[in-house]
Amino acid sequence: MTELLSIEPIRMLVFLVGTILFVALNAAYLTLLERKESSWFQRRLGPTEVGPWGLLQPIADGIKLAGKQVIVPDGVDKILFVLSPIMVSVPVIMNLATIPFSDTLVARNIDLGLLMILSFTSFNVMGIMFGGWASRNKYSVISAARVVAQNVAYEIPMFLIAISLVMVTHTFDLRETVLLQTGGFWNWNLFKLGVSPLMPAACLLFFVCLLAETNRSPFDMMEAESELIAGAITEYSGMGFGLFFISEYANIVVGSCLVTILFLGGWNCPFGLYPGLHWFFVKMYGIIFVVIWIRWSFPRIQFYGLLNLSWKILIPLSLAHLLLTCVMVKIW
Amino acid sequence: MSVDATTIQGETFVVNMGPQHPATHGVLRIKLTMDGEYIMNAEPVIGYSHRMQEKMAENRTYSQYFANIGRIDYVGAMIYNFGYACAVERLAGIPVPERAEYIRVITSELNRIASHLLWFGPFIIDLGGLTPLLYAFDDREGILNLLESVSGARLTFSYFRFGGVCNDIDDDFVAGCRAFISRMRERLTLYRRLVTDNIIFRKRVEGIGVIPPEICRKYGATGPVLRGSGVAYDVRKDEPYSIYPLLDFDIPVFGECDSMARYRVRMEEMNQSLRMIEQALDKLPSGPFMAEKVPRILKPPKGDCYFNVEGARGSFGIRIVSDGTEIPYRLKLRTPCFANLSLFEEASRGMLLADSLALLGSLDLCIPDVDR
Amino acid sequence: MDFVQVLRDEFMGRFGERLRIEDVDHAKRGCHLDITASGVDIEEAASVMDGLGFTLEAISGIDWPAEEAMELVYDFNKMAEGGRIAIRVRVSRERPEIASISKIYGGANWYEREAHEMFGIVFSGHPNLTPLVLPEDATFHPLRKDFSA
Repeated sequence: MTELLSIEPIRMLVFLVGTILFVALNAAYLTLLERKESSWFQRRLGPTEVGPWGLLQPIADGIKLAGKQVIVPDGVDKILFVLSPIMVSVPVIMNLATIPFSDTLVARNIDLGLLMILSFTSFNVMGIMFGGWASRNKYSVISAARVVAQNVAYEIPMFLIAISLVMVTHTFDLRETVLLQTGGFWNWNLFKLGVSPLMPAACLLFFVCLLAETNRSPFDMMEAESELIAGAITEYSGMGFGLFFISEYANIVVGSCLVTILFLGGWNCPFGLYPGLHWFFVKMYGIIFVVIWIRWSFPRIQFYGLLNLSWKILIPLSLAHLLLTCVMVKIW
Repeated sequence: MSVDATTIQGETFVVNMGPQHPATHGVLRIKLTMDGEYIMNAEPVIGYSHRMQEKMAENRTYSQYFANIGRIDYVGAMIYNFGYACAVERLAGIPVPERAEYIRVITSELNRIASHLLWFGPFIIDLGGLTPLLYAFDDREGILNLLESVSGARLTFSYFRFGGVCNDIDDDFVAGCRAFISRMRERLTLYRRLVTDNIIFRKRVEGIGVIPPEICRKYGATGPVLRGSGVAYDVRKDEPYSIYPLLDFDIPVFGECDSMARYRVRMEEMNQSLRMIEQALDKLPSGPFMAEKVPRILKPPKGDCYFNVEGARGSFGIRIVSDGTEIPYRLKLRTPCFANLSLFEEASRGMLLADSLALLGSLDLCIPDVDR
Repeated sequence: MDFVQVLRDEFMGRFGERLRIEDVDHAKRGCHLDITASGVDIEEAASVMDGLGFTLEAISGIDWPAEEAMELVYDFNKMAEGGRIAIRVRVSRERPEIASISKIYGGANWYEREAHEMFGIVFSGHPNLTPLVLPEDATFHPLRKDFSA
């Protein structure tokens, strides 16, 4: 088996299929997790009909979506309309190629892995903007404008925190970053207070930026249901809508992976005993659980409040963190 | 939808909100003329659920109309029953026994709490918080179970009759009410900690949707809208009816005039209603629940009269003109949501779209109440 | 301050014989003063009420075909200080016309539109006398007694 895998094309094929399966299954079962989790918070049951405990619900939803008629409204910009879901979902799947799930399980370990992920995340914005504009629907245009403003505003603190982390780890390579955090949880970047006393705050900032970049509540301007119906993706039906959905959950997965790798020590065990893939998944799904938890607990922030939070609070804080890290790294 | 390029500054475009829209709580259409995110003009277009209730009154006897009156504001139907029954009793001079008055007040105040809980859920949903709705509905189930046990209905009650109520309340009901009161008090504390003190929620409603008291006066706004703007007007204190003079309660009034003030008025009103129910249960006399010798076909003497009660949304008034027959000559329904909505156009000028939704939600509209 | 008394004096002083003021028992009729004011300029009466701080609560129309007239009842209320006044005005049935008070009371805008579409009463000076709850192209007036669907 391993000899087969060492043949490069076969290895790539296996990882390609594996990645796409991973994304698809995650997107499908994260919808179920969201529905179940929201029902726990809301004192009700959630999906229970299809399969035991509703486990086959996403399959049923997927079949339904695949069977829907893809309606392309009259007068839309056809190229952009079709390009938009592709542009939103493909870069996210490509991101997963560089994420190290464990010491040996990584599709292609690029030494600029972090940079690649951060730059591909920016594609998300363009895709939604094209979708909103091409839909020829006033609500979609308003929503697309909001999304652009929000995502641009929140990319900046995210990148600043990433830069300050790179200053600590001296590498963009994600696998290296995790390897530097081996040992118990005191080695994790989150707790490396000796390098930067604001590290836990930086993790929180990064997490908030993650919520904003993936358009999750309380930053869900794009899909503010009670105001703009479904926002930029109102006019999409069938598989186009399915692609947007997949990309949203894939974004959440990629973001959680990033937080896990950068701050929580990747696949390392908290007590240094049995590192491996399972720890990575525990941490990643833990963060996803918190992301969903936040969505169902808080109201939505006002649009100008959201922008205020980013430009007036998060950016100065992340700049301060960057400066502090510089100083600490130089002195110690 | 075409883009309308009009004069003034920049380009304004016309957007339709509704009649099918998650945030308008009913079939309400608002024609918004917007400049970017700001509203230049918001014109409510109503009439989508108009059922000509006033003409129906001219084709039914007084007793038959009880079925209609619960459907006008279906969320606070018991209180509207109260208004109609008292209006006809005033015109025809029918006395109501004491026990019936107490039962009427207890069930009306329970209905008021249910109505405020139904407002609370969707209001927070409009602001993006999807969970408090389910908690509020859990409490509402308690009330609806109680009211179903006496009246047979969960939403559109026709429980009152001229001269009393149609069914007596028993000890189970009284015990259930007391259990509900103690549970509801804890739940109100929970809502305060989870929602009222939540900073995101506060940022969404504090200072948003300011309605100065002068606008309230010009447009005839009543109820929590008026009390949230600092005017201490409550029909139960101003023109008291039934046994309200015997009960000890306060009227919550907040002077900030914003959506938060109206929210706090309603939350505090739930508290006061619990107080009233408790006192009424303590003082509940025994006796008949229905006046004797009320004619089956009621023919009030010629003349007209007006009666208003404090509905969950504001002051609900009925003007009855009788010509001596068993069918009303004219029945005018003065509904609170009609007046409350009419001030939306003036109050929302220059606001952001999301803020105007906070304002609309805090007005607590029931669209069939606007349209009748 | 007893607004009912102040109002009565103000009205008697200003309009004198042109109106008929009736003190009514609130417990029997639902208002404190019932003023029949057919010969009076409704705009002037409304501005008196506005000056004293009253709220317009309702405008009800009543059709009296037997008396060849339509009646409009304006319900005013002084919130929180007590004082419910009903002002009745009669207009002719063939050409029902009266001045609009929507410039004085913003709330009268919708009430007058409703009275217009239900009875056909024309309020001169109203900025937008189109149907409010009926369809925009409705030409019938349902609450008239001679209306049949």
